[in-house]
Amino acid sequence: MKKNTIFVIALVLLALLFIAGAQLYRGQQARQAAAAAAKNKESLVRLHSPTLGRADAPVHIVEFFDPACETCAAFYPLVKQMMAAHQDAIRLTVRYAPFHQGSQEVVQVLEASRKQGRYWQAFEALVASQPAWVQHHQARVEMVWPSLARAGLDTERLKSDMQSADIARAIAQDVADAATLNVKKTPEFFVNGRPLPSFGFEQLRTLVEEELAAAGKAKAG
Amino acid sequence: MKPRLNSAALRAGHRAGTQPATADAAWLLVFGAWLVATASSLGALFLSEVMEVTPCVLCWYQRAFMFPLVFVLAAGLFPQDRRVVRYALPLAVAGWLLALFHLLLTRGVIPETLTPCTQGVPCSRIEVEWFGFVTIPLLSLLSFTAIGLALALAHLKTRP
Repeated sequence: MKKNTIFVIALVLLALLFIAGAQLYRGQQARQAAAAAAKNKESLVRLHSPTLGRADAPVHIVEFFDPACETCAAFYPLVKQMMAAHQDAIRLTVRYAPFHQGSQEVVQVLEASRKQGRYWQAFEALVASQPAWVQHHQARVEMVWPSLARAGLDTERLKSDMQSADIARAIAQDVADAATLNVKKTPEFFVNGRPLPSFGFEQLRTLVEEELAAAGKAKAG
Repeated sequence: MKPRLNSAALRAGHRAGTQPATADAAWLLVFGAWLVATASSLGALFLSEVMEVTPCVLCWYQRAFMFPLVFVLAAGLFPQDRRVVRYALPLAVAGWLLALFHLLLTRGVIPETLTPCTQGVPCSRIEVEWFGFVTIPLLSLLSFTAIGLALALAHLKTRP
């Protein structure tokens, strides 16, 4: 055999091996994630989890969220748009996966805002002002106050409420559930208990539309 | 056709300063080294891009020596150039030393405090372990060893 034929065959074989291996591995991971989500349904939502939308909405999105995660902040307006496009049909539940350094304290602040009845205002303020308080992938809780004050929150009250044991317990539960469901990156979405087959906004939209269609069919039938 | 092929092979052999048979053996050795370098590079990419294992600092230094070998060795195969060993061997030796250092680190022979890895993924953490002893630094050391040996042999074969 000619030398360049040997070389080209070896190159093609290695490339094919890589691509096939990647396909196989990703498929296996997606199947495992789906199986873990199906097996651990009770880990998906807890009573304490903040939720937006009607309780009887046919499509339920659970988002594992890190306030310091840039991609989470980029996804939020898109998720909101999708919810606005299908009013009353989509419900959103937020779970925490504070993977960034310092994120845990910001989650405590966010949870404390619920005692003032301004959770979603605080949520949107934090997401919108993220570049001001996340520096070099580190969350700086001491820099979140101005944007929260502008959103109408009593920051002194937040500072004392965020230390509550209830909040610490709720966050610990979320982190434990994230581990159970094999959530390693944020944002991670589950739509009616189904994880995204691969990461991306289109994949999320597809999954939501599938579930909306299934709900529409069930209603008609 | 046959005599002409033979004379072409002879001329190729003369250009390399050796007999055609040893030139072929040297080509196969460099090709083998390229095969190991390419498989190792793809393996490293599989670990980081598909399995999403974050490479530590020492892994990155080893990659910095393994990735260029794929291209340097391929360039030495077409047309066959015995001097490719001169350019590729220093990369293989540097990568080999780093891999050895990394392996000793994960085995606890060298304490972590002596390493430059203070942030991100600590180099002493074992991320992947197959059959209880095959770790990434071990695979890296084996690859650099195989490449180094193949290149050294190719050099001996083609020495004028």
